Amino acid sequence: MRPSRSFRVLCAPCLWVATLFATVVGAHADTTARLLDGYTAQAGAGAIPSRGQQFFTSRHGRDWSCASCHGNTPTGPGRHVVTGKTIEPLAPAFNPARFTDEAKTEKWFRRNCKDVVGRECSAAEKADVLSWLMSLKP
Amino acid sequence: MIMNNVDPTISSRKIAALRCVRASLATLLLMLLLPRAALAEEEMRGLAIPLPPKYRQECATCHIAYPPGALPAESWRRILNRLDRHFGTDATLDAATVGQLETWLTAHAAAGSRARPPEDRITRSSWFIAAHDEVPMSLWHSPAVKRPSNCAACHTQADKGNFDERFIRIPGAR
Repeated sequence: MRPSRSFRVLCAPCLWVATLFATVVGAHADTTARLLDGYTAQAGAGAIPSRGQQFFTSRHGRDWSCASCHGNTPTGPGRHVVTGKTIEPLAPAFNPARFTDEAKTEKWFRRNCKDVVGRECSAAEKADVLSWLMSLKP
Repeated sequence: MIMNNVDPTISSRKIAALRCVRASLATLLLMLLLPRAALAEEEMRGLAIPLPPKYRQECATCHIAYPPGALPAESWRRILNRLDRHFGTDATLDAATVGQLETWLTAHAAAGSRARPPEDRITRSSWFIAAHDEVPMSLWHSPAVKRPSNCAACHTQADKGNFDERFIRIPGAR
């Protein structure tokens, strides 16, 4: 059956836009999944989301945890513990821009792990945290 | 008979010429006025220097993009040379980015003789202290402000580099 004229006029553009949006979001999710694959390959072991949550919310012998700025459940905005500036949500399902750029991800892991743990994070730690963040869904 | 045929042609040409002159005059007037409008707009923005995207991207995630004129060039150089201990956090960047930021920050830094403030902190500069001498201690420590480096708590256009008095809103005040 041929779609009616009103369908073609009203719904077809919506479908196109939705398809385009899904493609873009899907591409972002692909990049994030590839990042995780990279970290688990480097670590030589699978990621454990619950261990990532534990790492994220605990302090590591210093003043701050990851959660100090990002919040215990980083599905909403956080607040920088020193400057008070708003930090966009970290979980990719709540902020599609997150974990789509490898260099940017590495830069922030490097900086923030130095502040929180006092050293760079291992590939296994990054894999655990990222897998937990990816498991947070609306 | 011939004259009668010619006359209307001449008058329509005259009208066309007149229209052309009028349009040109209007265009000229518009061209003269537009730069003034742009200047007024510039004044509204408090003559803020446009911030390069790199500066926004790398230096305005944890805090606002502080205006380059807030510190002398020497302070900016010292800050960029110690990004691994940046006021208590690691803010390291690749060498190429540091170089680009240094070029821009030092080119737009506070003019010549301004002294380097203690710890290279904007908030400990003599100009900053003088500009804020009317601010009571209770406001500095209020939950909405917390610390003097939180410019945006009162300067509502601080993220755009505009610190004009017209855009100050004291939190809690009506």
